Amino acid sequence: MFRRALGKTLGFVGYTVQYGCIAHCAFEYIGEFVVCSGPSMEPTIVNYDIVFSERMSRHLCKIQKGDIVIAKSPYDPNMNICKRVIGLEGDKVCTSAPSDMFKVHTYVPKGHVWLEGDNLRNSTDSRSYGPVPYALIRGRVCLKLWPPHSFGTLSESPTRRIIKTQSDSDSD
Amino acid sequence: MAQQATAGRRYLRVFVSGFFVAVPITVTVLDRFAYVARVEGASMQPFLNPEGGSDCDVVLLNRWSVRNYQVQRGDIVSVMSPRNPQQKIIKRVIGLEGDFIRTLGYKNRFVRVPDGHFWIEGDHHGHSLDSNSFGPVSMGLLHGRASHIIWPPNRWQQIKPSLPPNRGPLDTEEDEG
Repeated sequence: MFRRALGKTLGFVGYTVQYGCIAHCAFEYIGEFVVCSGPSMEPTIVNYDIVFSERMSRHLCKIQKGDIVIAKSPYDPNMNICKRVIGLEGDKVCTSAPSDMFKVHTYVPKGHVWLEGDNLRNSTDSRSYGPVPYALIRGRVCLKLWPPHSFGTLSESPTRRIIKTQSDSDSD
Repeated sequence: MAQQATAGRRYLRVFVSGFFVAVPITVTVLDRFAYVARVEGASMQPFLNPEGGSDCDVVLLNRWSVRNYQVQRGDIVSVMSPRNPQQKIIKRVIGLEGDFIRTLGYKNRFVRVPDGHFWIEGDHHGHSLDSNSFGPVSMGLLHGRASHIIWPPNRWQQIKPSLPPNRGPLDTEEDEG
């Protein structure tokens, strides 16, 4: 009797450990669901939207310009930020606000990315704390799940802050 | 013949179920609790890789103890390199957030480590790519804390936090002077 109870308990613990480990691997290497809060990515993502962020492209280094990513905040590792990648390493980015008279440009250093929110007026991003190390990126947001009327992939950047090529950036 | 086929199928089923148990558990243990890594390069001489050459030390990285990003000054930690996201570097923590650090060859002579960052240096000055070249490192890049040297066996030991002489945070009076 006692032995059977012990065996059942051990079996239950074993299954818990196994499924916990499978869940960890799925969240760590495939993707996770994230509830976004804060106004920095409006109008693309508004407060309390639920998005799916996939981890594969971060592990394979396939993050591109224009992708929305979830990253750890450089000043508080327990906080996550959701921003759009404006420049990869070696790219030229504009650090000044669009209304400024003089445009200030800088180059993104090696191994870093330049992140900006879509809501330029209300976003703390690389314009205030500089380029962010690539290794802080946790995943790429690929699907919006909630609210249901806006289900689907995410739209392009509305801010036109992404400088496409060298020739484009010289002409403006 | 038929018996052989059932035996083969049973073997396959046991193999698949074992595979689905072993691989996730191994990955989770390596990600959450402990990780074994080989130390390459001369940046931590003489503490790690004292002879140099081709034989590398193997260290145990404790990942459970850094889950809340808590480290002490003098700990040896492995950090994702800010320059190359594929690479991990192993260095010693010199200063935590808010500390004043006298730098060795950085662009500013004194640096206050910003919030959520730390200052890391290799023990072998001049042969190490560390905070003196890329500045304070964000806490989120922390990967693990080296807790034991596993290989070679004659140097098997627990790693205790220890700051090199003359390094470490400055007192505020000293900084003003």
